[in-house]
Order: sequence, then structure tokens, then C-alpha cells
Amino acid sequence: MIEIRIHGRGGQGVVTAAELLASAAFRDGKVAQAFPSFGSERMGAPVTAFCRISTNSIRSREPVAHPNVLLILDSTLLHQMDIFSGLSEQGIVLMNSTRKVEELGLKDWMLQHPEVGLYSFSASDLAERHLGRPIANVGMVSGFACLTGALTKGSVQYAIQEKFPGKLGELNAQVASEAFDYVSTHIVQV
Amino acid sequence: MKQQIEGSQAVAHAVALCRPEVMACYPISPQTHIVESLSRKVKAGEIGNCQFLNVESEFGALSVLIGASAMGARTYTATTSQGLLFMAEAVYNAAGLGLPIVMTIANRAVGAPINIWNDHSDSMAMRDAGWLQLYAEDNQEAVDLHIQAFRLAEELSCPVMVCMDGYILTHAFEAVDLPVQEQVDAFLPPFEPVQMLDPQDPVSIGAMVGPEAFAEVRYLAHHKHVKALAEIPRISQEFQKIFQRTSGGLLKLYHTDEAETLVLALGSVNGTIKDAVDDLRAEGWPVGSIQLCSYRPFPSQALRYAIQNAKRVIVIEKDLAVGRGGIVSGEVKIALQGLPTIVDTVIAGLGGRAISKAAVIDTVKAACLEGLEEPHFLDLNWEAINRELTRQAEQRRSGPTPENLLREMGLSGGKIL
Repeated sequence: MIEIRIHGRGGQGVVTAAELLASAAFRDGKVAQAFPSFGSERMGAPVTAFCRISTNSIRSREPVAHPNVLLILDSTLLHQMDIFSGLSEQGIVLMNSTRKVEELGLKDWMLQHPEVGLYSFSASDLAERHLGRPIANVGMVSGFACLTGALTKGSVQYAIQEKFPGKLGELNAQVASEAFDYVSTHIVQV
Repeated sequence: MKQQIEGSQAVAHAVALCRPEVMACYPISPQTHIVESLSRKVKAGEIGNCQFLNVESEFGALSVLIGASAMGARTYTATTSQGLLFMAEAVYNAAGLGLPIVMTIANRAVGAPINIWNDHSDSMAMRDAGWLQLYAEDNQEAVDLHIQAFRLAEELSCPVMVCMDGYILTHAFEAVDLPVQEQVDAFLPPFEPVQMLDPQDPVSIGAMVGPEAFAEVRYLAHHKHVKALAEIPRISQEFQKIFQRTSGGLLKLYHTDEAETLVLALGSVNGTIKDAVDDLRAEGWPVGSIQLCSYRPFPSQALRYAIQNAKRVIVIEKDLAVGRGGIVSGEVKIALQGLPTIVDTVIAGLGGRAISKAAVIDTVKAACLEGLEEPHFLDLNWEAINRELTRQAEQRRSGPTPENLLREMGLSGGKIL
């Protein structure tokens, strides 16, 4: 089972990201569960959402306390909360940031957790270019699919078009496609 | 067909297929997505002959339905928490009048302190109002119980609450086998009321009943619930024939054979409990679990039969009878009267606190090895509690307790300086 925790802020599409992951996994014939950490959400406040993907049934209802994967939609949260809490020592962190991993001020942390795979790319910039709004969620979901191989590119595209019908879906699908290719060439193959 | 869908949308889909004729709803989190979805379906003409009324309050919502149901309409609403308490008078009236209204409770804590998160305080507060109460383990069961609820309500002429954990189920996005119209139509016949306000055949509904007959009317309400103990499993079996899956019933057993210790709970925490049971069994602990699906009527006999060979039953409940302890565990104890079985009360998950598998496992082990104090509160921050108790002992004007605790824990809500 893959357990994913997504961090971001109200308005950044954190809950939608978890839904898209689950939808794409379902499309791939897997079992998935997505749910938000429930708060009185408002624009800008920290928001967390969870997703479990498995080949077997998922019965647990507890929040993901020990994720294999962290998707961080807003890197300013790094200094506001214990964002890495419970992360598996062999876990993967994908960060939405214009900065390179080495520039995130996490050198000490990385030395202490040498087996964690920490990656960054700017999903916001991609979204800004296609949608005119820096909503990082779709790019991060697609980046996750490419990085982990847990979801197929086609299923991510399908989940996006299902969630956002029409023009918005097409534009988001372009964001996803570009994010997938970017992560493939700049992270996976490096 | 299976779909990856939010619990609220799945429930709205199921309710729509039940062909309700009048819905009156007042939005309140975490029920909102259900009634928003239903109002859109009605507006789009997707629910044939149905009126959706925007009302001024929860009290108004249920009052409208009492009138509509008395006119012979199939009726539905949904609420939670303070909304349910605000409609309390009408909740008792609907049951007392024997009107088969179906209502979703998106379970949420009751304030103060205000808290929008999940526990069972709301529906538990209405446990003796005369409604049947069914608790769903997952969103598939939430969908299926709504379809069964209309059938049960109308066969017994008694209102039914379908309780699903707020947020944990209402906002969870998971695969649900959504029923189709033909299946629901085959299972749920058109509503044939046992009483109706009909100008062609006038009756009055809602008579004043004095001491000479009130107890008899009450007894007959109780009798209806006793009858429901047979109807609930029967209807669940009929459901299985048409929909090819098991949902509902009085209770569901998980590895109870040969189990020395049983964990009993209502609602969605049963999923986490089953995972805990698997882990404990792998370590050699003879543990099983019971999901109490029907809380009203309370299936005392079925429970006694399921538990009789166990040494211990640990009731994990998301509610608190302040000044007493567990609500459900007290009823389990009465059901087991005369048996040597130990009944433990574990108060857990209040106000949305997550119940982890690890905590369930630790609690079961602690209960078996050392026993538990009665009642046992899961995962309490004793340091914060003791500091507040000290403060209260030391100064008369110790201030508001919730604010003090939040400040202690470094959260918001501190003193205004």
C-alpha cells in the first residue's frame, strides 16, 4: 500500500489533488481512498489531505501518520509545521518550488535522512502558464505518477478530464502532460 | 457500477433513486454536500415528482416533513450536531406520530465548545426519541442503508436515521458500487401509508392523549422496535438478493469464533478495528470484533449470542454520558446480564480525534493484561488536564476551560491582551 500525504494551503487544490490521485488509481484498477484533514478551511490556512492506494481493500480510517510519499504544494510550509512527521526513511518527497533541492535549506535534514528521495520542480509555474493561475495540484499529481510509477499517465489524464469537464479539463490535462514529461526528463532520468 | 466517488455524492445518488417526494433541508457541515447535491438533482428534474424546500431552520425542515409525510409523501432530510438538537421537538413528534421519514445524520460532535468534527454525540442524544438508528461502516454501507431505511421506515411506519461518520465518510472519496434505478425499484415498492390526511377519507393525526392511553401508545412504539429486530435482518437479506452484497442487519461479526476478547463499535472505526484484529491475531491474540449496525432497536439477544463465549468485550464509543461514562457499553452490560463477561468502556474519537490502529492494539493488550479503569479515555493529554485542574484549585477566577486548554497547548484562543 502506498500512503500519500499532501500539504498545501487553502485555495491551492490540496483536497482535489488527493481526489485526483484516488480517481486515477481507481482507473488503473487499484483500490484507493482519499480524504481531507478536516478543518475550518479558509484561503491560505494550512490544509492536509491523504490518499491510500492499494491492490487490496482499504479499511483503515485513520489519517496517514507514516506516509511513503509527501507532496508539498507550498514550500513556505516547511518552516511552519513538522511537515516530514512520520515519513518513511525510504520515502519520497516531491516539492512544488522554483528552487532546486539543494537551495531549500534542508541540507542537515537530508544528511539525517539519506535514503529519502527529495525532489522539486515548479508545478505552479506550469499551471500559471496554461491556466493563468498558479494552482500546483494537477502538476504535482502528474509528477507523482511519473516519479513513482504508481499511476499511469493515461489514468491521470482521465481523472483530470472527469473532474474538470470542458476547456478547463483540457488545459489541466496539458499541465499534467507537461509536468509528467518534465519530471521524466529532469528528475527520473537524472 | 463501481465509481470512485465522495461519500456525500454517493448517498445523494442513492436517496434520489428512492424517489423521495418531499425533501426539506437546512445545510450544516458536514451534511452540506449531500443536500446540495440533492437540491441540484431536483432542480435538474432528475428526481421525478419531488419538491425540495429551502427552510429557515432544522426545526422547520423536519416540521415540513411531518406534514408532508402525513399527506402520504415519501420524505427525506439530513442534518447533524446542533442541527439535530435544534429539531429535537420535531424528532420526537415524527416518531410519536409514526411517520416513516428517513434522515441522514452526518455524525458530528455537539458543542459547547463548538466543534465541527466527528463523534456520535448528536445521534446518541436522540437515541430514545423512537427513531430506528442504523450506523454505516463505510460509504458502500451508507448508500445501501439509505435504500433499506426507506423500506424499513415504510413497512413499520416508523422514522429511520441513517448515521454516517461526518467527514470520515461524508468527505471520503472511495469506490462505491452505485445502485441503478431498476434494482431500487425492485426492492422498494411505492409508499403505501398506514395513515394519511385524505379529504376523501378524513382522519385527524396528532390527538392529545391523556393518562388513560398514553402508556399504551408508548408501548406500541416500543413494540414496533421489537418487531424491527426481525425486520432489519429480513430486509437486509432481501437487499442481498437484489443487490448481491451484504449490508446492514443488526450486527456484523469479524473473527468472533473462538475469540476471547471482542471489540465492539459503531460506524466507520470498525474498518480500523478490523485491521487491528488482523494484526493482533497474527501475534497470537484471540481477538475478534463486532460492528453494531442497528443501535435502535438495540439487538440485545443477538449481541448476547455473539458475545456469550468471550471473556471480555471492549466497547469503543465516540460519545460520553457526562457523569456516567459509556452509553453503548452500559446497554451491552444489560444485554449480557448474568454472564461473567467483562465489559470495558473506551471513550474515543471525541470531537474528531483520530482513532489509530496502534491505539486500538495497545488498548486491547492493556485490557487483557492489566484491565482498564472504567471508563477508559483513549489518548488523553493528562498533563494539560492536570495543569487545568491545578489552576482551578488555586484560583477562583480560573477562566474559561476551553480557552485555558488551547493556550496550554500553544493553540489559538488565548487571553486577549
